[in-house]
Amino acid sequence: MSPQRSEQLLLIPLRLAAMSAAVICFLIVALLVLESLPALNNIGWRLLSDANWRPTPAAADGAFRVTPMVVATLVITAGAVLLAAPLGLASALFCRFYASPSVAVVYRRLVELLAGIPGVIYGFWGLVVLVPLLGAWRPPGASLLAASLVLALMILPTVALISESAMRAVPQRYVRAAAALGLSRWGTIRSVILPSARRGILTAVILATGRAIGETLAVVMVVGNIVRFPSGLMEPVRALTGNIALEMGYASGDHRSALFFSGLVLTGLVMVLVLFANRLGHRGAISDA
Amino acid sequence: MRRLLLGVLALALAACGNGDQTADSATGGRLEITGSSTLAPLIAEIGARFEAAHPDARIAVQTGGSSRGISDAAEGLADIGMSSRELTETEQRRLRQHRIGVDGIAVILHRDNPVDRLSREQLVALFTGGVDNWQEVGGADRAVTVVDKADGRATLTEFLRFFDLPREAIAAHLIIGDNQHGIRSVAGNPGAIGYVSVGAGTVEAERGTAIRLVAIDEQWPTLETVRNGDYALTRDLILVSGAEPSALTLAFIDFVRDAAVHDLYADFGYVPAAE
Amino acid sequence: MLDRVLTQPRAKCRKVTLPDRLAALLVWTVATLVAGMLLWIVLDLLRHGLPHLSIGFLLDAPRDAGRAGGIAPVLVATAMILIVSLAVAVPLGLATALLLSEYIRRGSRFAGFVRHALEVLAGVPSIVFGLFGNALFVRYFGMGYSVAAGGLTLACMVLPLFVRASEEALRSVPDDFRRAADALGLTRAAAIRSVLLPAALPGILVALVLSTGRALAEAAALLFTSGYVLRVPESLGDSGRTLAVHIYELAMNVPGGESQAYATGVVLLGALLLINLLTALLGRRYGAQVQGVRR
Repeated sequence: MSPQRSEQLLLIPLRLAAMSAAVICFLIVALLVLESLPALNNIGWRLLSDANWRPTPAAADGAFRVTPMVVATLVITAGAVLLAAPLGLASALFCRFYASPSVAVVYRRLVELLAGIPGVIYGFWGLVVLVPLLGAWRPPGASLLAASLVLALMILPTVALISESAMRAVPQRYVRAAAALGLSRWGTIRSVILPSARRGILTAVILATGRAIGETLAVVMVVGNIVRFPSGLMEPVRALTGNIALEMGYASGDHRSALFFSGLVLTGLVMVLVLFANRLGHRGAISDA
Repeated sequence: MRRLLLGVLALALAACGNGDQTADSATGGRLEITGSSTLAPLIAEIGARFEAAHPDARIAVQTGGSSRGISDAAEGLADIGMSSRELTETEQRRLRQHRIGVDGIAVILHRDNPVDRLSREQLVALFTGGVDNWQEVGGADRAVTVVDKADGRATLTEFLRFFDLPREAIAAHLIIGDNQHGIRSVAGNPGAIGYVSVGAGTVEAERGTAIRLVAIDEQWPTLETVRNGDYALTRDLILVSGAEPSALTLAFIDFVRDAAVHDLYADFGYVPAAE
Repeated sequence: MLDRVLTQPRAKCRKVTLPDRLAALLVWTVATLVAGMLLWIVLDLLRHGLPHLSIGFLLDAPRDAGRAGGIAPVLVATAMILIVSLAVAVPLGLATALLLSEYIRRGSRFAGFVRHALEVLAGVPSIVFGLFGNALFVRYFGMGYSVAAGGLTLACMVLPLFVRASEEALRSVPDDFRRAADALGLTRAAAIRSVLLPAALPGILVALVLSTGRALAEAAALLFTSGYVLRVPESLGDSGRTLAVHIYELAMNVPGGESQAYATGVVLLGALLLINLLTALLGRRYGAQVQGVRR
């Protein structure tokens, strides 16, 4: 067998494996669409135009507006990512370039540890510690801000760990060249490390955004779950994931279908975000070349 | 590595196949029970005791909410559904109901709130936003935070029925899911008012959680008053089965209602149904 | 380790400018803040959980819905589900990562397609994974609530994270290695096995740690798939409760379960620490070999 041929043979299972992600994606979307159909048929545009969210098993009796929850999900996620991205990046820089090796090891261990703590524990901490603190300042405390803070803490390890490994991947000769040019530490980071690790950092932020947008239990516990458009940081709102978690076990008929539609919208949002982020990454890559 | 994947899948499927074996004796085999998260811990404990008495039996309890239990039982996906809400008419036609116990619903406040009893009118005013400061009902000068349950939850349905309120009348500041979520939310907010299972509230208050169960029109929510009917705000705990339950299903339901497991009900603060 | 050059703040060859000082101040402040917040959560957990912890807690069966007794069956079920999920996700993920980093051009249509799929998958909410796993594995494949269904659902969930992190690791292997392997006349497969994978191993282990962490942390998806039964699963077809599900149940559903929830949280923390240390140890061992190769 020629080397080329064995190469080709090896490629087949690899390609099949790579397809699995797409297959899972397809199945998930298919399931969501299938289960959403009753809601789309019976409720239709009212999912956008109804006065509020008062679900009932039969479409005619209830109100089913999901838009406030869509907006709330986006705002909560944006808040969490805006907090976690710079903090996570700074943590990665700290580990890689500022801390002494022993401090860096301990710090990295702590961050790794926190990457594995369940959302339940973050949520419970938020519910028992953070919400009462915020509530003492402005009740009820369970709010958009509380959710963004808890989520930010939750996704910070993802940002920090993946961006650090991206920074590690920057070729040593770049660093050497920067040192030879007499660049300061910050100068090297700004003009060598960050630009070359940019793709990895973007990956880190996208993955973290995904985790934030999809987190369910931690958000439900601290966000207050009132269905309305966000009007202030200290206002309780409801996220789409929370909507599914709160009501799925108790829903039937069109209500259940509307919850699947929530899931579909959420997945759609993620797709749009991914496309957007990739375009951003591509543009950067081109200007880089 | 695909072979590995297929291997795992095959193994998994084979393993599932084994699990489905039904023994022929009346108390052997496997029961799938799904439904109400309120009931799941209790039924799981009873199931463990049933397994101890009948070593051939396997009782698998899953949660997911009352509606899930009802629909699983109706579709035959589960042998028994657990429900902490009443069945709708269509559901009643397809299923057999077995009332196993009663749970009270208690109004709870923060422990630091000096108010310890409220009238029906005061409660309606508090929950509908008519009263928004505790001063108006004899408390401190503090804003009221209304903690409400999510749509479809059994506790909410019974609560609304008791006070004869439409769903949209409640002016909620917070909406919560599980009982413990409600208890934590009230324990962390001195101005909060909410409602939870009497069982859960009593157990938590006894363990030092910062909540207080209040009397409604001088009716105090305790296990005793729920049992003897002196406390009116209650809901039934129900098991449902298909129209033709198996021998094992019936044996288990009888076991659940047997006096020998009544001590377990008390552990969760529920009252077993009278014989 | 050339980075050491950078970690020496007063290296003589470089001048320290004002932005440099500001950046250092900022990074140190953030690191302190982040460490403080994270420590707060960990210490809170330890403070409430440690007093209820004992050897018996690890070895005993739970009693009274988990409010008394231990968590032995939960530990077994967690391990089983974790093994199933990693046994599926690691080979699939590694293959995907290899394909993306070694075999196809970054800009190719197939690469873009796979990458999009992975990114979308990474953003699918865990609860949607739960609904999906319930529909596909529990019902359609007839697995019922089982270790197998839960493990496969988790595998789908951690796949994108594992692929992206191990792809990062593979890409971080210097191209010199690939050229050297070519020069030695190694086939691509041999080069991957004996050069690339060992060199990328530390990064792949990070991917493994992250995926394990994510899998250990998941509760929402597992409630719908592996379920709730508090017993040692007798086979992959039995339902079993993981640590995270147990914590969720005790904290949110069982009145008076809070202290045991904290104790279970501490056990989870310990398990994570163990896995992290183990992988770090492995990584250092193989990493050292690679360093040898490098010289």
